[in-house]
Amino acid sequence: MDYNASDKIVKRIYPEVKDLSAVSQSAPEELITALKIRNLSCYYGDKKAVDSVSMDIYQGQITAIIGPSGCGKSTFIKAINRISELEAKVRFEGDVEFFGQNIYNRRVNLNKLRRQIGMVFQKPNPFPISIYDNVAYGIRVAGRKSRSELDEFVESALRGAAIWDEVKDNLKKSALGLSGGQQQRLCIARALAVKPKMLLMDEPCSALDPIATMKIEELLQTLREELTIAIVTHNMQQASRVSDYTAFFNTDESRIGQLIEFGPTAKIFTDATNPGTRDYIAGRFG
Amino acid sequence: MIDRASPPIPEDSSLEELQSSLPIGRTIFTIGMTVLAFAFTGLALLPLLAILFAILRQGLPNLNWETLTSLPAPVGMEGVANGFANATLGTLIMVGIASLISIPFGLMTGIFLSEFSRDSKVASAIRFITTVLTGIPSVIVGVFAYAVVVLTTGGFSALAGGFALSILMLPVVALTTEEALKLVPISQRLASAALGSNRFQTTFKIVVATALPGITTGILLAVARAAGETAPLIFTALFSDNWPTGLSDPTPSLSVLIYNYANSPFSEQNELAWTASVVLVSLILLISVLSRLVTRRIIKS
Amino acid sequence: MMKEQFEPAGKPDSGKTSFVKNGFDADFALTNGTGENLWLDQGFTWLVHGFAYGTAFVLFWLSWVIFQQAQPAIAHFGLGFLWGSTWNIGELTFGALPFIYGTLVSSALALFIAVPVGVAVALITSEDFLPPWVRSPIAFVVELIAAIPSVIIGMWGIFVLIPFLLPMQQWLYDRFSWVPLFSTPPSGPSLLVAGIVLSIMIVPTVAAISREVLLVIPKELRSASMSLGATRWETIFRVLLPSGTSGILGASTLALGRALGETMAVTMVIGNSPQLNPSLLELGSTIPSVLATQFAEALDKLHIGALMYLSLILFAITFLVNIAAVLMVRVFGHQQI
Repeated sequence: MDYNASDKIVKRIYPEVKDLSAVSQSAPEELITALKIRNLSCYYGDKKAVDSVSMDIYQGQITAIIGPSGCGKSTFIKAINRISELEAKVRFEGDVEFFGQNIYNRRVNLNKLRRQIGMVFQKPNPFPISIYDNVAYGIRVAGRKSRSELDEFVESALRGAAIWDEVKDNLKKSALGLSGGQQQRLCIARALAVKPKMLLMDEPCSALDPIATMKIEELLQTLREELTIAIVTHNMQQASRVSDYTAFFNTDESRIGQLIEFGPTAKIFTDATNPGTRDYIAGRFG
Repeated sequence: MIDRASPPIPEDSSLEELQSSLPIGRTIFTIGMTVLAFAFTGLALLPLLAILFAILRQGLPNLNWETLTSLPAPVGMEGVANGFANATLGTLIMVGIASLISIPFGLMTGIFLSEFSRDSKVASAIRFITTVLTGIPSVIVGVFAYAVVVLTTGGFSALAGGFALSILMLPVVALTTEEALKLVPISQRLASAALGSNRFQTTFKIVVATALPGITTGILLAVARAAGETAPLIFTALFSDNWPTGLSDPTPSLSVLIYNYANSPFSEQNELAWTASVVLVSLILLISVLSRLVTRRIIKS
Repeated sequence: MMKEQFEPAGKPDSGKTSFVKNGFDADFALTNGTGENLWLDQGFTWLVHGFAYGTAFVLFWLSWVIFQQAQPAIAHFGLGFLWGSTWNIGELTFGALPFIYGTLVSSALALFIAVPVGVAVALITSEDFLPPWVRSPIAFVVELIAAIPSVIIGMWGIFVLIPFLLPMQQWLYDRFSWVPLFSTPPSGPSLLVAGIVLSIMIVPTVAAISREVLLVIPKELRSASMSLGATRWETIFRVLLPSGTSGILGASTLALGRALGETMAVTMVIGNSPQLNPSLLELGSTIPSVLATQFAEALDKLHIGALMYLSLILFAITFLVNIAAVLMVRVFGHQQI
């Protein structure tokens, strides 16, 4: 276990929280919008779950989505790769543009969309097949690849998810034999293998122990160089540690999720505009 | 006993002594019902033991290589090899035909019920119809196959028998496939879809692959059921004392052989029926045990 | 408050941020290009639907074919077929009553024996009379009977059960011939033997489903009854069986459906003589048994039609019985939830 690494994160994050506000206030002008969300509402049947969300997710940045449970943050993130359509009867209103293309366009090929916007789920969900086959799965369904190409893709994905050293000798073993944290990093590797432009993470650490969580947070920092990441988390320290931007969702008696505030993480955590956001953050930290 | 001066029992008539036994009526009722329940259970176990004992006692002595590999000898012929190899082959052929028809239909219906519109009205209607299909008497299915195949082709055949058996297997395969597929967690389907695979890929590469042991169990159960069926074969495949000659000719089967020879007045045919029963029951028990082993492997993994 | 926040709080929406304007990368395309394998997914969807509808279609096809084939007999005999009591192939006079009677009597007899026995097995294997390692093998062995082909049970009936039961049937006749039920001299095969063989075959159905029903009844109900001072059997009769009634009824109805359609074993022990006699010791015949014995040799159109008509009657009865059973088990399931 590399304990120094954790020190590094803690050292890196906490001092920066103070002065990051200055950085990110000037940042937006250079940033590219990966995902432009305008007035997005989600319905389960007739019931509205998320109401009219408008925000941008910037390329190469980590955007954290926080809020109490039931505030629609999971529904919101699952609307972006339209995976919720498989779970229930959902309906979306509004526009979400992925690099200028409306993802709710009738002509959108969902498989292409999901290949470009990958997802890591709350509980690690590796397939009950070998580690290698798990990572190769996405590449194989996208089309035939030669054996050597496949090996190369699998290795680079596993390296990218910082799990290569742990599994390189056991690639043919069942993925179910890995620990929870390893399984989750395998799922990240599996998502990376199809070379997505963006990665959605739905509370990826909620089922993991602190050390495994730390490893994943560390991993996120290396992934940001090539990827746009949106991460849902109920752990606010995690949001403050890993993200550049934070969106705070909440709900009232109507039980309809709303975006309360969106901005640079440092600003949200130190100087939120909305009193609700301030209360929530203070409540959790205090 | 704890050696301590027990407090005196209060002089209250409503407080019963804990150690006193129940009123005699309730005691007799308890003992009587327990004895009755055990007697009935013994009664339920008896037939299976009696049947297995009878089959083994009457059938085993004649079970040898000759009976397994020869044709039935004409009655009264001495010194001619006597057996039922043709019937074993016929059973295998017809169960094979039935599997070829029912497995694709059953598998696809199971996939439809589990993977496509699971809670829709159409799915529940099809599920209901499939459940009703399991309850149709096998003899009625035989009548149906007789009308559809025998009457139209003008003859008894292995195809007619296989068709009848396939209709008996179909709902079993469909419903057990559905159950097996439903055991695969939703998260696996989502993970697959999130990697950009379409429904076909998710269904076959992930869901069906994961549920394969369960599906195999269902198919084996259906095969075991079909192998023992007689009523749908008597007037569709009929019987023959010779080797099966073609799919559109009358075809012997173990079960019809047992029926015919058990009703025969000749004791050597009765004996052959018992021996054929040993083979048929072993075949079915083997398939059942096999399916149990497959199921156990799922539970382990 | 949120309604006003049309623009994201983080930054102004400047058009230049979009990749599209900075030169679009083809990798980002979400819509279908040419040569995409969409047809595979579409085809698969159609295929699955086709097969599933095909399976459902079998039931309608089957009913229609049998109805069509029965037409000659329906046209010739009409509803009178149901109470016609003569079945003469030579004179082409056909009536269904003896077969309906035989079917109903043998099944009722089977149910009369199998329900108490099956429920007893279910109780013994679900309550804690015995340690678990004895209980599940008992349940397994009882259910194994269902795996034995009925033709083998029929053969056992001919060679073992009939000789074994003949003295008892004789005794019944000797002592009770004044009772209509036992008023004819026994010859071996009889309605009574058929009923007993059928009961052996349906006990597993009653036992297995009733056991499941008893196992889902919440433990609290039993504890509540026991804590009020009820003995085990009082609890069983006053709490467990009443709350499992619809499930056990469903199990019995399903078993009845099986008994009505059971063919081989009955054919081999009932004697196959179509007659209407109140005596259970008399030979009889059921709809399945007459189908099994006469179909292969039926040549005349009217004879085949009459057999088809019988099939139609049996199909209709078992269809209704099975639907009732499914609904009853479903009602029980809803009660539990």
